[in-house]
Amino acid sequence: MHELSIVLSIVDIAQQETQKANAQSVEQIELEIGDLAGVEMEALEFAWSSAVKNTVLENAQKFIHRISAEARCLDCEHQFTLTAVYDACPKCGSYFRDILQGQEMKVKSLTLNT
Amino acid sequence: MCVTCGCSADENGVKILHVHPAHNHTHDHDHTHEHGHHHHHHTHEHGHNHSHSHDHHHHPEKTVLELERDILQKNDISAARNRGYLEAKNIFALNLVSSPGSGKTTLLETTLKALHDELSCYVIEGDQQTTQDAQRIAETGAPVLQINTGKGCHLDADMVQKAIRELNPKNDSVLFIENVGNLVCPAMFDLGESERIVIMSITEGEDKPIKYPDMFQSAQVCLINKMDLLPYLNFDLEKAKEYALQVNPNLQFIEVSATTSEGMSQWYDWLKNKVQEATTGL
Repeated sequence: MHELSIVLSIVDIAQQETQKANAQSVEQIELEIGDLAGVEMEALEFAWSSAVKNTVLENAQKFIHRISAEARCLDCEHQFTLTAVYDACPKCGSYFRDILQGQEMKVKSLTLNT
Repeated sequence: MCVTCGCSADENGVKILHVHPAHNHTHDHDHTHEHGHHHHHHTHEHGHNHSHSHDHHHHPEKTVLELERDILQKNDISAARNRGYLEAKNIFALNLVSSPGSGKTTLLETTLKALHDELSCYVIEGDQQTTQDAQRIAETGAPVLQINTGKGCHLDADMVQKAIRELNPKNDSVLFIENVGNLVCPAMFDLGESERIVIMSITEGEDKPIKYPDMFQSAQVCLINKMDLLPYLNFDLEKAKEYALQVNPNLQFIEVSATTSEGMSQWYDWLKNKVQEATTGL
């Protein structure tokens, strides 16, 4: 359940930015979460519902953009989509790969009510 | 409540406890982790601001902040601070991660006893509850601190920072951080360690590395423990390594038995080598 820590970190960021901008609350929050970020969406939703209570995020609309996992094979340079972190290169079978994207965990934007 | 100094701690908060071998009591220095307080901090601000609003005809104005901020940035910054501190003091820090029951504590006990005369070792123990592990470590003579995470499923860089401050390890030493037994959550939380060691025991399934890939991907070394039991189990060692290498082709394996000491010398050699690299900067 590290998803709770993740949500608490998001709350932290939102509180900080809201305060900095002298705003009242967050109307909308956009998150970017990669397919290989190790975040269980159901657990995140569950943690979210309780962790945002009495915070600036309480009534915020939440949008989650999932980012597909892309890798480049270090042996044959082939670029491919990963469904799991241990997928081999579909072209040459190598397990040596650079993960280009899909491990992101970001607060992309906040829409504040000022 | 600690009878010695009278301090008390939030039952659900994070506690950092000094554990000594001879005396059977612990000092509880109430380092409540700030995560527990989030819901209470800012609740009063909203109401106050409303009373200053002068224009009731307009809808509230909206500001869009394009943040692109890493959610775990705060942890990563704390981890970087730990790493800088440890590097400046030539302290080689290991983050030991595994599922519960893989033998992390036994492995540490054996290691600490064996290297007692050669390396100066410190230990931070992470568990949700109890000081039992720290008690076992304290018996080896190594200075140890117990972090009880309460409901937390992993250590984070802030907890470790507070523990390091309390433990105050001296220069040119080794710091073992035994994470909470959990193959999932500790993977994402950098503590500022020099190396991450994942311990897998052969009483577990050989497919652990692909079931919990994040941990195996983020580790540099995989200790395969309880090797003395191999003749009695249907554990496919080669298959396990193959799976782990699919997740992390650079992973290094050391096969050991912490109870019989089989293979442990290879682990000690690796460790001593790394400590030397850390202290000579090579």
